[in-house]
Amino acid sequence: MEETDRTEEKRPTIKMGIGAGTGIVGGYRTLPMPARYAINAVLVALFLIVGESMIGGGIVSRYQTTVLEQIGIYIIMAVSLNIATGYLGQLPLGHAGFMSVGGYACALFVMKNMDKFGLTFANMVTPSFASVMLFALGLLFGGVCAAICGLIIGIPALRLKGDYLAIITLGFAEIIRVVMLNIDSVLGFELTGGAKGLTGIPSYTNFLNTFIVVAIVIFLIHTMMKSRHGRAIIAIRDNEIAAEASGINTTYYKTLAFVASAFFAGIGGGLYAGCIGVMAPAKFGFMKSVEILVMVVLGGMGSMLGSVVSATGLTILPEALRAFSDYRMVVYSVVLILVMIFRPQGLLGSYDFSLSRVIERIMNHDYPWKRKPKDTVDAGVSADVER
Amino acid sequence: MFAVTFLTQVLNGLQLGSIYALVALGYTMVYGIILLLNFAHGDIIMVGAYISWIVMSKLGLSPVLAVILSVLGCTALGVLIDKVAYAPLREAPRLSILITAIGVSYFLENGSQLVFGADAKVVPNFTDLTTFQVGGMSFSFTAVLTIAVTVVSTIILSLLVQKTKLGKAMRAVSEDMGAARLMGINVNTTISFTFAVGSALAGIGAVLYSMAYHQATPTMGIMLGTKAFVAAVLGGIGSIPGAVIGGLVVGFAEVAVSAIGLSVWQDAVVFLLLIVVLIVKPTGILGHPMTEKV
Amino acid sequence: MSNDRKRRSVLVQMETPNLIPERDLGRKPVLEAHDLGIDFGGLTAVDDFNIAMGRTEISGLIGPNGAGKTTIFNLLTNVYKPTRGTILLDGFDTAGKSVVEVNKMGIARTFQNIRLFDKMTVEENVLVGLGNSMSTNLLTDVFRLPKHWKQEAEFHDRALDLLGIFDMQGLATTQAGNLPYGAQRRLEIIRALATNPKVLLLDEPAAGMNPNETDELMENIQKIRDDFQIAILLIEHDMSLVMGVCEVIGVLDYGRIIAKGTPEEIQSDPKVIEAYLGKQEVK
Repeated sequence: MEETDRTEEKRPTIKMGIGAGTGIVGGYRTLPMPARYAINAVLVALFLIVGESMIGGGIVSRYQTTVLEQIGIYIIMAVSLNIATGYLGQLPLGHAGFMSVGGYACALFVMKNMDKFGLTFANMVTPSFASVMLFALGLLFGGVCAAICGLIIGIPALRLKGDYLAIITLGFAEIIRVVMLNIDSVLGFELTGGAKGLTGIPSYTNFLNTFIVVAIVIFLIHTMMKSRHGRAIIAIRDNEIAAEASGINTTYYKTLAFVASAFFAGIGGGLYAGCIGVMAPAKFGFMKSVEILVMVVLGGMGSMLGSVVSATGLTILPEALRAFSDYRMVVYSVVLILVMIFRPQGLLGSYDFSLSRVIERIMNHDYPWKRKPKDTVDAGVSADVER
Repeated sequence: MFAVTFLTQVLNGLQLGSIYALVALGYTMVYGIILLLNFAHGDIIMVGAYISWIVMSKLGLSPVLAVILSVLGCTALGVLIDKVAYAPLREAPRLSILITAIGVSYFLENGSQLVFGADAKVVPNFTDLTTFQVGGMSFSFTAVLTIAVTVVSTIILSLLVQKTKLGKAMRAVSEDMGAARLMGINVNTTISFTFAVGSALAGIGAVLYSMAYHQATPTMGIMLGTKAFVAAVLGGIGSIPGAVIGGLVVGFAEVAVSAIGLSVWQDAVVFLLLIVVLIVKPTGILGHPMTEKV
Repeated sequence: MSNDRKRRSVLVQMETPNLIPERDLGRKPVLEAHDLGIDFGGLTAVDDFNIAMGRTEISGLIGPNGAGKTTIFNLLTNVYKPTRGTILLDGFDTAGKSVVEVNKMGIARTFQNIRLFDKMTVEENVLVGLGNSMSTNLLTDVFRLPKHWKQEAEFHDRALDLLGIFDMQGLATTQAGNLPYGAQRRLEIIRALATNPKVLLLDEPAAGMNPNETDELMENIQKIRDDFQIAILLIEHDMSLVMGVCEVIGVLDYGRIIAKGTPEEIQSDPKVIEAYLGKQEVK
């Protein structure tokens, strides 16, 4: 390592262990990685335990549980779209198409394979090794099908820029919708159920497995983005020409981001099918894509926490305002317009929350009121430099 | 017999294509000048249709007044939307203004539903002429009128853009807003004017649509707007002749698919067409590529 | 340095009449261009461009604005496809290769209008450049297997080393878009170096710098050449930098080289003085 002779106290001394280790960069003490993961794992476990006990104890009603599951589903939808919008910097307008493909695929997989796992409609809901296996395989199948669609769509779409990409993805999603509507007449047998949709889907989705999946999805997206692959993707967003000139295979990474986005959307769709029990093409049109996009933009593109918060809020809001259901869409649209005018970067901008970082700040006495304006790091995905 | 059916279908294609062309022109003009996909454009047409319904059905006034008020109403609405929702976001990231456009679209749709209800309102006939005879064959008056109006509108629009000072300002602003401003062009006025013209065309489209389909529903603008938008992109967004060509292509495609009995696949075919064009020629049929300085 | 690069190019033998530093004699020129030219529609932007660079040569390309210097950089990195002529990197023809492939083959560049990854930190910008040398696959990274941590630690060190060239380690966690202009230019150079090139193309590295910074830059350019043993081609308007650090200088006017030689030769060449230096103050 190059020695620097200057004797300024700000010079960093870097102590590195293999893998984890307390690092000091720029005179700043940081938490070791195992500690960070442990903290996050504990938070998740806490949330799950509290939730399950509230449901089991009857504090939370059946209806409210369904809403909670939908919150989880839309969190997955929002963070998956965020990969292609916030991190890659594109504007796909067909996300609902992937959700639809994933939902149909997972539901059909589960329904056609239930007997092989010795399960029936009734006992799908009770947790057993068989039901968990079928659930996991179904979701993966849904995700993979959606990912394949993402690949097919991505190859032509990603050659285009900006608004053209938006339109072509919109077009593909509409085609998916029409196909789901009409494929049965082409195939000659009942697959998707046409306009009335796929009905009688067993409710394999519950609070616990939804949020376990949410935690896993967020973890995977996080680890992908905080690695050289994520850096490549963000570099493409920030300056595609410079990224190419720095040796980043832009075609590969754009496709990767797009396919990953589709994959996780498919998983969300799979959960949706098990939650609602019905998959109908009309539900997955442009409107749905827009709803998810609004969640991402409102929460702040490039901010996972933002997506989580706005997905939660925007799922609860229509339910809470059911009483005013005639006015709620009008109010919703006005709010949307106002937020865009007065805070175009969304509620949280590209800020990403990390409890570990909060603890680090406390360790280093780095409080917000002490920071000089120039020092402020716009967090986003980049603030945590993992060692 | 076949010739007559074929001719009828051609006329249908031209009629539908003309309506798409008129709406596409509005899209393309707004996109050309502020690079915005105005999702609310289709809904402006919806409002125009409702205005016609109100004037003729509710107020019982003359169809001529309905036409005038519809076009004026749409024009005013378009300018108002720009002033209220888009103008504050001139400097904001493109995505924000796109979302705002979506918000405006939602607002118009749900607002109409609130005010008028979700059921379809019947727009009465504007005129008693339904067909006229040429050489032993009867043609729909509406169809011919639609085509004629579209042709005339396109010509007037082209003249406006090419020959007038305002048109020159529009072209300047769409090339380089900053430079246009420095040259003393009032950018905001020019943009408002562009919205006005685009919305006026939408208003005319609304009238022609109402003549053909006699219906006003809160969600009629969505598919119409989307397909007209596809037409604009197909023809090359930012290009006036492109919008017309795109509109006709989409119109004919729809009619052709319907004619062979596959009307459920109509929408899919239109979008497939779009995808093929975008793959083969990404900037559309008449579009010009934009290169980035390295 | 070149172990982790994969190349499948064609080896082409060509003559290279040109000036190269004596120490590089006997070794193949690292970068050559033969009769390179490009037309944009009816306009010939560059014509008859020839160059052969020694492996550790520092060369300069000067000329009035609009002469075509950045266009040549764009040609050499395959951003533009030449209308005529060939480019050889280490003897390998770069025709038809993408910008990404050309970078992996060994040319890196900076940009006239700085192109940093604004929203990423300084260190991350460098890490992106180092991506060429990283070898973990997606699954290893996503599931945080030990190899991922090892690589991140190793490359964190390497990134800080590189930042050390310009004493920028302390800025590692600053957002690149918040850096002052001079620091941004330096960061771009470091990022380009991180891609492990054989030739470094610098487009106006001293733009916006004061005389002190320019002197430092001069030392740093030489240090980079000495430490990394690479060739460097600069575009510059700042004559003190060009004359101070370049061994060979080419003068471009209206897309054509009108003079080529050592700094002394260029300074006294009447053609050059007439076309360029005469109208420009020597700083």
